[in-house]
Amino acid sequence: MSLSRRHLLLSVVLPAALPALAQTPRRTLVQAMAIDDMISLDPAESFEISGGELIGNLYERLVQFDLDDPSKLSGQLAEGWTLGADGRSYDFRLREGLRFAAGSPLTAAEVVYSLQRAVRLNKTPAFILTQLGWDAGNVGAMVRQTGPLTLNISVHEAFAPSFVLNCLSSTVASIVDQRVVQAHPADWLRRNSAGSGPWRLRDWRAAEIVVLDRNEAYYGPKPQIERAIYSHVKESSMQRLMLVRGDVDVARNLSPQDILALKANNAQIKLTQVLKGTVYYISLNQKNPLLAKAEVREAFKWLVDYEALGATLIQGIGKPHQNFLPHGLLGASDEAPYKLDVARAKALLAKAGLPDGFKVTMDVRSTQPVQGIAEAFQQWAGRAGIQIEILPGDGKQTLTRYRARKHDIYIGDWGTDYWDPHSNADTFARNPDNSDRAAVQPLAWRNAWANAPLNREAEAALLERDTARRAALYERMQAQFRAESPFVMIYQQLQVAAVRAGVAGFRLGPTSDTTFLAPVTKTR
Amino acid sequence: MKQSPQMQARLRRAREGWQAFARNRLALLGLGLIVLLAVVALLAPWLAPFDPTQGDLLKTRLLPPSSTHWMGTDDQGRDILSRLLWGSRITLFIVTLVAVLAAPIGLAVGTAAGFFSGWVDQALMRVTDVFLAFPRLILALALAAALGPGIENAVLAIAITSWPPYARIARAETLSIRQADFIAAIQLAGASNGRILLGHVMPLALPSLIVRVTLDMAGIILTAAGLGFLGLGAQPPSPEWGAMIAAGRAYVLDQWWVAAGPGVAIFVVSLAFNLLGDGLRDVLDPKAGE
Amino acid sequence: MKKLARLLVSLLLTVIGLLAVTFFIGRVVPTDPALSIAGDRATTAQLGAVREQLGLNLPLYVQFGRYVAQVARGNLGASLLTGNDVTSDIARVFPATLELATVGILFGAAIGVPLGVWAAVRRGRLADQLVRLMGLVGYSAPIFWLGLMALALFYARLGWVGGPGRINVGFLYSVEPRTGLMLVDCLLARDWEAFQSAVAHLVLPGALLGYFSLAYISRMTRSFMLKELSAEYVVAARAKGLSEARIIWRHALRNAAVPLLTVVALSYAGLLEGSVLTETVFSWPGLGQYITNALQSADMNAVLGGTLVVGAVFIGINLLSDLLYRWLDPRTR
Repeated sequence: MSLSRRHLLLSVVLPAALPALAQTPRRTLVQAMAIDDMISLDPAESFEISGGELIGNLYERLVQFDLDDPSKLSGQLAEGWTLGADGRSYDFRLREGLRFAAGSPLTAAEVVYSLQRAVRLNKTPAFILTQLGWDAGNVGAMVRQTGPLTLNISVHEAFAPSFVLNCLSSTVASIVDQRVVQAHPADWLRRNSAGSGPWRLRDWRAAEIVVLDRNEAYYGPKPQIERAIYSHVKESSMQRLMLVRGDVDVARNLSPQDILALKANNAQIKLTQVLKGTVYYISLNQKNPLLAKAEVREAFKWLVDYEALGATLIQGIGKPHQNFLPHGLLGASDEAPYKLDVARAKALLAKAGLPDGFKVTMDVRSTQPVQGIAEAFQQWAGRAGIQIEILPGDGKQTLTRYRARKHDIYIGDWGTDYWDPHSNADTFARNPDNSDRAAVQPLAWRNAWANAPLNREAEAALLERDTARRAALYERMQAQFRAESPFVMIYQQLQVAAVRAGVAGFRLGPTSDTTFLAPVTKTR
Repeated sequence: MKQSPQMQARLRRAREGWQAFARNRLALLGLGLIVLLAVVALLAPWLAPFDPTQGDLLKTRLLPPSSTHWMGTDDQGRDILSRLLWGSRITLFIVTLVAVLAAPIGLAVGTAAGFFSGWVDQALMRVTDVFLAFPRLILALALAAALGPGIENAVLAIAITSWPPYARIARAETLSIRQADFIAAIQLAGASNGRILLGHVMPLALPSLIVRVTLDMAGIILTAAGLGFLGLGAQPPSPEWGAMIAAGRAYVLDQWWVAAGPGVAIFVVSLAFNLLGDGLRDVLDPKAGE
Repeated sequence: MKKLARLLVSLLLTVIGLLAVTFFIGRVVPTDPALSIAGDRATTAQLGAVREQLGLNLPLYVQFGRYVAQVARGNLGASLLTGNDVTSDIARVFPATLELATVGILFGAAIGVPLGVWAAVRRGRLADQLVRLMGLVGYSAPIFWLGLMALALFYARLGWVGGPGRINVGFLYSVEPRTGLMLVDCLLARDWEAFQSAVAHLVLPGALLGYFSLAYISRMTRSFMLKELSAEYVVAARAKGLSEARIIWRHALRNAAVPLLTVVALSYAGLLEGSVLTETVFSWPGLGQYITNALQSADMNAVLGGTLVVGAVFIGINLLSDLLYRWLDPRTR
C-alpha cells in the first residue's frame, strides 16, 4: 500500500476517517477488563483472579463442576473414577484421544507429572494439593500412573470426596504438556501456555493486553471464535464508553452507577451476572483489648446498614450476606439476623463498660466499593459513640500491615479457592497456631482470634463423608461464627458483565477459572 | 514620635507599592478572592448549611443541585457546598504550608548556589538535580507512603518535591544579578555575604519565583488529589477538595456535580493566586515581564 | 576537555544520587515485595523463601552495592513481580510515553507560543486575559476530568477520535513494533489504516497533555515577549519604520526564542515523566503507569530502572537546553 503525501496530510487533519460506529473484528471477542493483577500464567504458581480465568481456558483438569449446580462434579479429562473402600484412594480413568495444543497425546503420565510438579515446586497455590497430605517427598507414591490412561491418587485421610474432587478441579491441578515444559527453561511456563484447553496463549503484554488464539488441535468441539482478546482498561467509565461505542464486546469491571446507566440502554447491551464465591467483611483485631470484648464484637455487628448498602454502594455488584460461606457452597447459610440498630449497639457498649464509646483506627484500601463502605461504616459507628479514624492505603500496603497484625479494624474480602466449604472454613474459622511465628496466616490468625472448639468442628466437617450431615455441621459452625467471631460479614460479590448484542453464549462462572470462552459465538 | 529617615523611606515605598498594586484591578480581584477564601475558611462552621461529614445513604445520596442542596450531594449523601466551605480550611493549610516550606528552601538553595559558585554551587545543584530528575508524583507518593496517611504528611511530601524548580529559577536569576555593578559596590563597601544575599539578591530573585509559585498552586492541590487516588493524603471523611474530586471521578458521566463543585473551587483559587502573583511581581520588579 | 570531564563527573554523581534516593525510598515504602510476588495465600515459609531468593535479607548497603554494580554492567535486573527483564519492559513502555509527550509538546508549543505572543501584544486587554484564563483552565482542571469529558464527547458521542488504547485492536498484529513509536511503525509497515487509527488514538491524550503545558508555555512566551518588546532595539526598529508584524515575529520572537527553548525543553521533560493519571484514563501503556504500579507492589528493580530512565532523559534534556542556550545567546558566554 503506497502512501502519497496527500494521504498523509489528510489523515493528520481528518482522523475521523473511521466508520460511524466502531466494530470489533469478526471472529474476535474483545473484552475490556482490568488485568494488571496478573503475575504468572504457570498453573503451579498463579493465584490472581485474571490469571485464574485465563488458566481456566488454556488448561484442563481431571474434574470440573456443573455451572448450573456446582455440587455436581463430573469428569473433564477423566472419564470416571472409583473411590476405594477406605475412602483414601481414588482410581481415575482418562478419556481416549486427548491431545495437547502442541499435538502430543495426553495420557496418565502427563496427569501424574503435572500434579507432582505443582507439589514439588511448592509455590503459593500448592497448599490446595498439599493439604491432601502430599509433599515433595511422598507425592511420587501418592500420585502414580497405573496404566496408559489410568492413575491412582491417594490422600492422607478419609476426607469428604467432594472436598478432594474440588481440590482437583482447581487451577493448580491443571494438566500441562510435559514434553513442552521440560524442553524449556524453568520459568518458561509463566509467560507461555502448554495446555490442552480450547485456547492457546498468543501474547501477553503486562497491564496492556492478553491475546488467546483458538487451539486448532483441540480434541473436542472447536470454538466459533478464533481469537479472544482481553484489553486492559482500568476505569469503569472507560469500559462503559468503549462498550457503547462498540470497541469492545464485553465489559467486565463495571461500577454500580455504570451498570445502572447501561441498564437503560437495553437494545444494544445485555447484562449478565453470577454470585461469586467472594465475601467481603470487616474484621476486628483481637490484639486490641477493647475489640476483644465479646459485647464490643457484637455491637459492631449491629452497626451495618445492610439495607442501605444493598440499595446504593453495592447495588448490582453485591448482595448483603452475613455468613462466611458464600451462597452456593455446600452448607451455606442465608441466615441474616443483624441489621442497623444503633440503640442496641450502644446498650452493648455500655455493658462492656464503654458507654461513651472509644477511638479506634481502620485500615482501608483506596479502591471502591471498599472505601465507600468504610466511610459509611464510620458514620454508623459514630452514632454509637465509636470514633473510627480511617487509615487509607494502597492495597498491597494495607495487606502487609494486616498480615503483620498491626491493624485495629480491617475491611477486606476473601475468594474461595476451590468450590468446597472447607476453603473458607479453613481461613475464617480455623486458627491452629495463634502465635506470632505461625506457619500459616489464615484470616482468623490475622485477627488473633483463637477458638479451639471451632477448630475441631472445622476439622471434623472436613472428614464427614455424608453430604447432608456435613452440611448440617457447617450450618452449626456458621451460627456459632455469627455470634462469637470478630468478623462482621457484609456482602457476597456479584460479578457482572455487560455484553453487546450479537454476542451469544457468554456466561460468567462462580469462580475465577470457570468463565469459559469456548461456547461464545458472535453473529457479527 | 519622630521616625528615622530610613523608616520613613521604607513606609513611603510600601505605600507607593500598595498604590501601584491597587491600580491593577485584576490583582485586586485576586487578592479579594484570597481574602474571601480566608474569610470563608474562618466562618465555615457558621456558613455551612449542613454537617460536612454526615449523610444518609438511602435518602440524600447523589442528589442534583437544588434549592436545599445548592451544589448537590455526594455518594455518601453529604452536602457538597458544606464540604467545600469546610474544605477551604484545608486548602488554605496546604497552600500556605507548601509556600512557606518550599519557596524559602528553593530561594535559599538557589541564591546560595548562584552566588557562591564553585563547589557550593555544584553540590547544591547536584542535590537539586536529583530531586528534579525524579518523577514528582512518585517521589511524593513514596514519601507519603513512608510517612503514613494524613494530609500533613501528604503536604510535607509535596513540599519536599516542589522546591527544586524554585531553586533553579532562583539560581538563574542570581547568576544574572551577580555580575551587576551595584553588587560589587556593596561588596566593596564591606557588606557581609549574608547581608548581600538577604538584603539584595533574594529580593531581586523573588519576582520570578512568585510567578512560578502562584502558577503552581493549582498543581499542588491537584497533586494532593493525585495522592488521594493512590491511597494517601486526606483521610476520609475529610472534605479536602482534591479528595472530593477523586471521589467524584467515578460519577463524572452521570452525576457531574460531584466533581464539578470542587473542580470550580480549585480553579477559582488558582486563578486568584495567579492574579495576585502577577500583581505582586508588577510591584516588586516592574521591568521583568510586565 | 577538562570541562567535559567535569561534566561527566557531575552527571555520574547525579545519577548515583538518584539511585540512592530511589533505593532508600523503596526500602521505606511499607509494602512487602515478597507479598506482591507470592500473594496473599502464601505461607510464612513461602514468603521467607521468596525474600531469601531476592536477596532482601541482606543489609541495605550490600543490596545497593550489588545493584549499582549490576547497572554499571548494563543490566537493569529483572522485575521482581513478572520476572521480565526490566530493560525490555522499559523498552516497551517508554516509547509509548515518548510518543505521547512529543505530540503533547508539539500541541502545547504550536498553540502556546502564538497565544503568548498575542497576549503580549495585546497586553492588559481582553485578549490577554482570555489567554490567561484559557491556560489556567488547562492547568487547574483535573486532567482525568478533562480526559473523561473529552472522551465522552469526542469519542463516545461524536466518534471523531479513537478511544482508550494506542491503536484499534484490529491492527494488533498487522504492525510490527520496530521502534515502539506507533506512528513511525505504521509508516514503516506502510499500513495506511493502522496509521489513521494510531493518529485517532493519539489526538485526544496528546491534545490534553498539550493543553496542560499550554499554560506555562504561553505565560512564559508572554513574559519574554514583553521583555523584548520593551527593549531599545524595538523602539529603534519602529522609528526606522519597520512593520509591527515584522518586529514581532522576525525580531522580538527570535530573541525570545532562546530562553523560550529552555522553557519548552523543561515542559517536555515534565511530560516525559509520564502522567499516571492520563495513562490510566486513556489506558496508555506508558512509563508513568509502569513505575507507579511497580512502586505500589514494591517492585524495586522496576522502579529503579524506570526512575533511572526518566532521570537520565531529564538530565539529558536539561543539558541539551543548557548547551543550546549558551550557544544561541552570545550574552551568556
